[in-house]
Amino acid sequence: MKKLLTLLLSLVLGLSLAGCSPEDESVRFGVIGPTTGEYSLYGVAVAQGAQLAAQEIGEVLGKPLEVISYDSKGDGAEGVNAYNRLVQEDGIHALIGGTFSGVTLAIKDLAIADGVPVLTPTATNEQVTLDADNVFRACYTDAYQGAVAGVFASDTLGLSNGAILFNKDDAYSEGLASGFKSAFSGTIVAEEAWSAGDKDFSALLTNIQSSGAEFVFIPGYVAEIGAILTQAASLGMDIPMIGGDGWDGIESDYASVAEGHYFGNHYAKSDEAQQVQDFVSNYTETFGEAPNALAALAYDAVYAMVAAIEEAGSLDSEEIVAALASLELAGLVTGDIKFDEDGDPVKSVTMIQVVDGEHVVVEKVSVG
Amino acid sequence: MDLFLRQVVNSVNLGSIYALVAIGYTMVYGIIRLINFAHGEIMMFGAYFAFIFATSIGIDLPFIVIVILSMALAALMGIIIERIAYKPLRKAPRLSALITAIGMSLFLQNFALLVFKPEPKVMPELISKETFNFFGLQISNLTVVTILLSVGFMILLTLFVHKTKPGRAMRAVSLDKEASTLMGINVNGVITLTFAIGSALGAVGGVLYGIAFTQVYPTLGVMPGLKAFVAAVLGGIGSLPGAMIGGYLIGLIETMTKAYISSSWSNAIVFGILIIVLLIKPTGLLGKNIKEKV
Repeated sequence: MKKLLTLLLSLVLGLSLAGCSPEDESVRFGVIGPTTGEYSLYGVAVAQGAQLAAQEIGEVLGKPLEVISYDSKGDGAEGVNAYNRLVQEDGIHALIGGTFSGVTLAIKDLAIADGVPVLTPTATNEQVTLDADNVFRACYTDAYQGAVAGVFASDTLGLSNGAILFNKDDAYSEGLASGFKSAFSGTIVAEEAWSAGDKDFSALLTNIQSSGAEFVFIPGYVAEIGAILTQAASLGMDIPMIGGDGWDGIESDYASVAEGHYFGNHYAKSDEAQQVQDFVSNYTETFGEAPNALAALAYDAVYAMVAAIEEAGSLDSEEIVAALASLELAGLVTGDIKFDEDGDPVKSVTMIQVVDGEHVVVEKVSVG
Repeated sequence: MDLFLRQVVNSVNLGSIYALVAIGYTMVYGIIRLINFAHGEIMMFGAYFAFIFATSIGIDLPFIVIVILSMALAALMGIIIERIAYKPLRKAPRLSALITAIGMSLFLQNFALLVFKPEPKVMPELISKETFNFFGLQISNLTVVTILLSVGFMILLTLFVHKTKPGRAMRAVSLDKEASTLMGINVNGVITLTFAIGSALGAVGGVLYGIAFTQVYPTLGVMPGLKAFVAAVLGGIGSLPGAMIGGYLIGLIETMTKAYISSSWSNAIVFGILIIVLLIKPTGLLGKNIKEKV
């Protein structure tokens, strides 16, 4: 009896909360990301990128555009709390988030039930957009990024014998490696894997060196990549290395060993396209720091969502979702955007070469 | 064959570092029968000292000066740790000292975490990465310096222990502490000297490790410290040549496992060796079987 009463009361409470969302005098986007704690670097970038876009856009359908950001601390349960607050109290029209794949997966089922249009700027995990009509993402997936690197190696660089060196304990690294294998049209002459915590890569690199590979694909993060490139240099390896967006920032500590190598990223700060230069200078002026790729993705996600709302001509969730599904938007900071049937973007990856410690855009590559 | 030779070069490079660190374990064990688990942390501090001398002094010190300064500071640290943590326990059961050593190791790690912060620091290029051709093998400056420094210090240490008076005192104390006292040997002085030398060599290992793997961080000493300990046990703990041979063997086994089997097996095999040695020949390759005194 007591249980039934509790259920009834919470139902009443839930309904009353749902009923008291503010009137539609503004258009409200929710942002969920880890804005405090050790991952705050990512959450703050996403929140600021979205904020900047909203400031620039100003009005949507004649109503002011508002961005409301809540902290997820990078934790699924906190993310669900933030989501509930955004939907029930703030009555958001669309969600730009979550920032992490884990948090986004935690709120995915709720979002499907509510039908809220979701466009995550940065969640790269395959599962995020599967079986969810209203969930989209602005970044490419791990496998897609790997595939682009494969196409880049065989078509742009014209290389036919490649080696792969990846971290078998990391889903990101493994995802890129398998995407690469599926798209590279040459022969993979060596495939070596390191384990989490490894510091000595010389045995693996020596194997690759003697395999006759013309380049090495190394998906990983800066801390490992820096050590790998340094050891490769001291082994006298002078073949090109190719990486993914985890290499972003490699030039700050490892410019000398990264010289001449390539990696794929969401955008390049040095890209001369007008929208990129405007974004970088506006962002730097507003927040006093240079934007990273996450900020650019969040910025683009807000622009894409606004374009979908204007296309739909209403704030109705279903109509926005339908407009997103058929959206084709060019001239964004991180490239043109268009979604496939899962809600993943078909967009180009900016392939960058490190030259004199600077990012130089080699080519924008896309597959499929 | 060419590939195999290159992997041997990699092994010798890594083995040199393990050998240097293993000497510290084996010397301290030889003198006071203590496994100094804080030795890996001394190695880590050695790497941090080099990082600080290389980045924060404002003048470009030559590499060898940086190494010597780091060695001196690490030696001082070893002496202080012995005075504070181990000396008061000299008469206590061996287990108490062992537990203190583990506590010291954890304390130093967390102290480093507090002072230096958890983010890894990037070690500047103290040795240029030029490579040259040695009978068809590409060998880098860093490898040559690592091997020469290690072998050089090992020769010096062996000469010191066998040809000098303090060295003889050291050997005497390791044989019988009480008898040495009766012969007028300053046992405390010898123990201090042992810690100083062991820590200084550990610091060299740390500096070379930091340069080879480009980063310095508070847990830097944990894995190489444990592997050097395995090396010391494999060679026969308490025996100097044993520690050196053990170090090179562990370097060889680890590198060859990575090269020909899989990187995820390398740690399992290295620590598996520890278990096998303890089961089959607990005295290690060169260790003497000392009968327990009654």
